[in-house]
Amino acid sequence: MAAVRLKDLAKMEDRLVAGHGMCLGCGIPIIFKVILRATEDPLIVTCATGCLEVCTTIFPRTAWNVTWIHSAFENAAATAAGIEAMYRALRNKGKIPRDKKIKILAIGGDGATYDIGLQALSGAVERGHDFVYVCYDNNVYANTGGQRSSATPLGASATTAPAGSTSPGKLQPRKDLTRIMAAHKIPYVAQASPNKWLDLYNKAKKAFEIEGPAFLNVLCPCPTEWKYEESQGIKLAQLANDTCVWPLYEVEKGQFKINYQPKQKLPVTEWLKSQGRFRHLFKEENAWMIDLIQEQVDRDWEELNKLAALK
Amino acid sequence: MKTLKPLNGNQSIAEAARQIDPDVIAAYPITPSTAVVETIAQFKADGLITGEFVCPESEHSAMSVCIGAAAAGGRVMTATSSQGLALMWEMLYIAAGLRLPIVAAIANRALSAPINIHGDHSDTMGARDSGWIQIYSENCQEAYDNFIQAFRIAEHPDVRTPVLVGFDGFIISHSTEIVEVEDDEEVRQFVGEYLPLYPLLDTSRRFTVGPIDFTDYYFEHKRNQIEGIENSPRIIEQVGQEFGQRFGRYYGFIDAYRLEDAELAIVVMGSAAGTCKDAIDELREEGLKIGLLKPRVFRPFPHEIIAKALKDKLAVAVLDRSSSPGAFGAPLFNEIRSALYDYEKRPKIINYIYGLGGRDIKIEHFKEAAQNLVKIATTGRIDSYVGYLNLRE
Repeated sequence: MAAVRLKDLAKMEDRLVAGHGMCLGCGIPIIFKVILRATEDPLIVTCATGCLEVCTTIFPRTAWNVTWIHSAFENAAATAAGIEAMYRALRNKGKIPRDKKIKILAIGGDGATYDIGLQALSGAVERGHDFVYVCYDNNVYANTGGQRSSATPLGASATTAPAGSTSPGKLQPRKDLTRIMAAHKIPYVAQASPNKWLDLYNKAKKAFEIEGPAFLNVLCPCPTEWKYEESQGIKLAQLANDTCVWPLYEVEKGQFKINYQPKQKLPVTEWLKSQGRFRHLFKEENAWMIDLIQEQVDRDWEELNKLAALK
Repeated sequence: MKTLKPLNGNQSIAEAARQIDPDVIAAYPITPSTAVVETIAQFKADGLITGEFVCPESEHSAMSVCIGAAAAGGRVMTATSSQGLALMWEMLYIAAGLRLPIVAAIANRALSAPINIHGDHSDTMGARDSGWIQIYSENCQEAYDNFIQAFRIAEHPDVRTPVLVGFDGFIISHSTEIVEVEDDEEVRQFVGEYLPLYPLLDTSRRFTVGPIDFTDYYFEHKRNQIEGIENSPRIIEQVGQEFGQRFGRYYGFIDAYRLEDAELAIVVMGSAAGTCKDAIDELREEGLKIGLLKPRVFRPFPHEIIAKALKDKLAVAVLDRSSSPGAFGAPLFNEIRSALYDYEKRPKIINYIYGLGGRDIKIEHFKEAAQNLVKIATTGRIDSYVGYLNLRE
């Protein structure tokens, strides 16, 4: 793959334009400005209900410079499957030229993807529809004000799993959705984050180019719900990579490949202390929780390295 | 060439689907409509249809696929029953709200609990405010004919509203009749080409479908949607007439049987209307001036046509194959009673709930209702507005 330069990307047409209402410092537009540049083919985007959908399409305005549809919360993958089926049908019937390439992109947050829409996503990729699904994982139901999702990390405080005098926040670890998607044995699955823009761009490009379903899980810093200073999002994403809380890897035809090995793996406390949602963990009585989180991150990272070593 | 084929209701729908050959068919199997999906899958496997067949992991996704496909720009259908339709419920409103002319074949079945696989109208009645046009069938022939007409109605530029065609589970879906199957080419010509208005796949334009409305636009957009179904009566009428001219079987909003000179009337929808006709014949022989009104279209509700047909009767029994717990009677009764409100001369009206969970309704039960109508017409007194037929109490 020929290396792309940032200034080349900057010259490309924006497919998600200014004027949307996303929060200052939100990771979503940063992520999608990169992803939407990773194909030059005509694109049809479908968004699940969530921050991105609500903030970009308040009638009569739209921030989408590309054909776009919203249907419901849990069905972005099924909606994309329908669009793709029609695209195939009309090409077969000669109503769309056979060589006309149209890419289909479904987008959901972690609520729409890990939770309510997991069944529709699993079904759509199992059926082999040729589309790309991107989850922007901000670890929380941000659109509705910070409720827990199954992507909310162990120990984080969320409004439906709040830290309190008898609770250290969410008591369960995150669901490992990227691995679940890899278990579908689809052509391409990857985990990315916005700080590594070139890695994200390359993964999106690969996802668009590969025939069949492709899934990208992208860590999405959320200043509002993670509770950090708005300018720090990209640094936080880097910290997620360096602590191995959010490793960058891809699974192509079953082969795991780690895309970033931190020179020095940082302790999770570096990650935890950077955000208000983990503040309560630093109380003396919650110290055990930090140990548990570290153990889990270490175990997951070790397991991922073993998988990547398999040939 | 027109042929006579022994087909059950499910096969009749599948046969129509083969002839129409929609661009995308997305459906999930559920009793009693499973055979629609299986037969279509086999047609696809045998190369008899050229459209795409998608078998999603749930009815919710089936309707979501239909929505994506219809928005992408092409002809789309599905089939389901009961819990399947209930699971689609959220998406039914979205299909209607996005003005997508999807056609659904519904083998009507009871809703759980208790779980029951047999025929009643609870499923589609539950969806009566979803914005879909609803057409009901008495037998396999009507299921076939209605299904073909549904595409023309749904896709008309002034309507652009999804249509569901109901046919009673098992009683129609699994009963074989001789069905007049029209010539493939004739059916294709009748249905015609569909030209979608804003297809997503037309990449020469970029536009946003399904944006969020706040308090400033939602109401107007819902009003626009209502206009679509309000425009539909003249199209339903026109399509029913054209269908008759081409194939010899004419369709309107209601079917009246020995109703003109009747003093008493029974209203019943779906397969039970067939049995009711036999009951009417026997009652007529016994000297009772009684007739049947069978509504074919429930949404849009043909309130004027029905009111005019019933206003001069002395007493009317409306039979509903669904219940609306806590309401004043079941849905069909509600609508008809309301439709007659403005007529100075109007009949006494009672409601019977019958056939829930596929409970049989026989000639004797229609006669039971008729006897009550005689009593009401003679005394002018109604003992109970809502009763049940063939129920152990």
